[in-house]
Amino acid sequence: MKKLPFVLLAAAVFAGSAAIAQQKSTVPAGAADAAIKAAFPGAPEQFIPRLSQDETMKQCSAAHNNPSKEVADAIQKRERATIEYPADGKFIGDWKKGEALAQSGYGLRFTDYPATRANGGNCYACHQISKQEVSYGTLGPSLFQYGKLRDFKEADVKATYEKIYNSHAALPCSNMPRFGANKVLTIEQIKDAVALLMSPDSPVNKD
Amino acid sequence: MFIEFADYSQRLFSIASHKEQKLLMRGNACILLFKRGLIFKAVASYRHVEAQNNAGETRVRFSRALAAAVCIGALSVVGIAIAQDADTEKAIERYRQMLKEDPWSNPGLLDVDRGEALWKTARGPKNVTLEQCDLGKGPGKVEGAFAELPRYFKDADRVMDVETRLLWCMEKLQGFNPADLVKRPHPGGGQPVKELGAIATWIANQSSGQKFAAKLDQPKEKEVVALGEELFFRRSGPFDFSCATCHSAEGLRIRLQGLPYLADPKEARKVVGEWPAYRVSTTQVMTMQHRLVDCYWQMRLPELQLGSDVSIALIAYLTKQATGGEITAPGLKR
Repeated sequence: MKKLPFVLLAAAVFAGSAAIAQQKSTVPAGAADAAIKAAFPGAPEQFIPRLSQDETMKQCSAAHNNPSKEVADAIQKRERATIEYPADGKFIGDWKKGEALAQSGYGLRFTDYPATRANGGNCYACHQISKQEVSYGTLGPSLFQYGKLRDFKEADVKATYEKIYNSHAALPCSNMPRFGANKVLTIEQIKDAVALLMSPDSPVNKD
Repeated sequence: MFIEFADYSQRLFSIASHKEQKLLMRGNACILLFKRGLIFKAVASYRHVEAQNNAGETRVRFSRALAAAVCIGALSVVGIAIAQDADTEKAIERYRQMLKEDPWSNPGLLDVDRGEALWKTARGPKNVTLEQCDLGKGPGKVEGAFAELPRYFKDADRVMDVETRLLWCMEKLQGFNPADLVKRPHPGGGQPVKELGAIATWIANQSSGQKFAAKLDQPKEKEVVALGEELFFRRSGPFDFSCATCHSAEGLRIRLQGLPYLADPKEARKVVGEWPAYRVSTTQVMTMQHRLVDCYWQMRLPELQLGSDVSIALIAYLTKQATGGEITAPGLKR
C-alpha cells in the first residue's frame, strides 16, 4: 500500500515526459491562434471558422503529423465516427463525373464566391490517376489501376469511399483533406470519385 | 540564333488555334494547350514588355525568343513526362536552366529599375523621397540590407521583413496612410507589381550575389522565428492544409510544379533567395508577402494581410532556414 504513491508518481512522470516529447514548439500557448486571428482583417464571416482548429488538427499540427500510437488511435476513432454513408447503400457513381471533379480545383478559395459551379476535388494536384493525364502531382501515391490491383473487391470499394470521406479514418494525420467530413464534396461526388477508381469501365483500370 | 527562335515562335503561333492565339496575345498565363498531339507552354510576356520599353523591337524579339525557348523546353519536358517521374524532374530542371541562361531576359529587372526610381522620387503627402529610410544598416543604406532582413527595429519595436519595413518608411517619412497601402497591396492578374513591391524588388536586387545573413538571434527575433515555425505546421481550413502539407518532403509536386522542401535548410537555401521573382505564368513580379497570400488562398483560408505578425513570422522562419543561401532576386519562376 505504501508503494502506491510512488507508483502513481512514476506513472505521472512517464506520462509527463511523453507529453513533453510530443511538444515541439517553444511558443507560448495561444500565441499562434492569436496571431492567426489578427492576420486576416476583413475576412468574410464564413471564413472565420476556418482559422480555428478542431481537436484532430491541433493534435496533428503539434505532432508534425507523426502522432504517438495513443494519439493516433484517438484520432482514428474520432474521425471514423464522422463518416456518413450513401442513403442507397451504393458506393459507385459515375466515373466520367469523377474524372471531371478530379481535374477541377474550383471552390472555397476567396475568389470562388459567389460560387458558379460545384467544388472540385482537385485529385490530380496530388495523384496520378488515369494514364492519359500527364499533368499530375506526386504528393500522394499513384492511383493508376487502383481498382484492378484490388480485384474490385467490395470491401475495398467501401474502404475507398471511407478514405475519401475522411482520410484520417484510414491514416491518422493524413495529408489528404477530409473531403466529406469538411463538406468539400457531396456524397454523390464522392461516389463519382470512387467510380473513377473502382469502376471496371474507368480509364484508370483499363490499361 | 535569336532570329531563328523568333521565326520558330512565330510559326508555333501561326499554327495555334484562334482561341489560343487570343490567349497568347493577351499575355496570359503558362497555358497548357493540347493541340493535335503538340503541347504548348506559351510564355506571352511580350505585351507586358512592349508597354514598358521604348526600344520595343529588340525587347519583343528577346521575349519571343524566350517564348520559343520555353516552348521547345516544354515539348521536351512533355515527351519525357510520359516516362518516369525522376526523368520528369530532370527535364523540368532543364527547362528552368533554359530560362536562366540569359539573365538579362528577366522582365523582373524592369521592376527593379522602377523600384529604384520610386525610392529616389519625392512622393506622398510629405513629398519626400525614401532616401532616409533605414533598412537596418543606417538611413539610406540599401546595398546589402536585404541580406540582413528580417530584423528587429527599435523605432517600431517590431521585427520586420523588407516589405513591412517599407510600409513603415512610407508612412513615417512620406506620410502615406498605411491602411491605404495594405488595402489592395498586390497586383491583379497580368498587372505589374505595385509601388511597394517594386521598391522591395529593387532592395532585394541590391543584395543579389550575397548570402542570407540575418542573425535573428535577439530575443524578439527568436520568438518570431519560433512562431513562424509553429505557423508553418499549423493545419486548418476545409482542406486541413498547413505549409508543411506541401513543403515538408523532398521531390514532391503539385501537378507538374515542383515543391521546395522548405523545412529543410538545404532546399530553403536554394529557393528563398529567388524571391521576389518574376512569375512567367502571371507575367508579373511576385514578392514574398504576395507569395504567402497566394499560399493561404490555395489553402482555402482568407486574405493574409501585408505586414501581419503571421506574414513576418513565416518570412523570418523561412529566412532562418535559408541562412547562407544565395540571394538571386529577382528570380524567374513558372
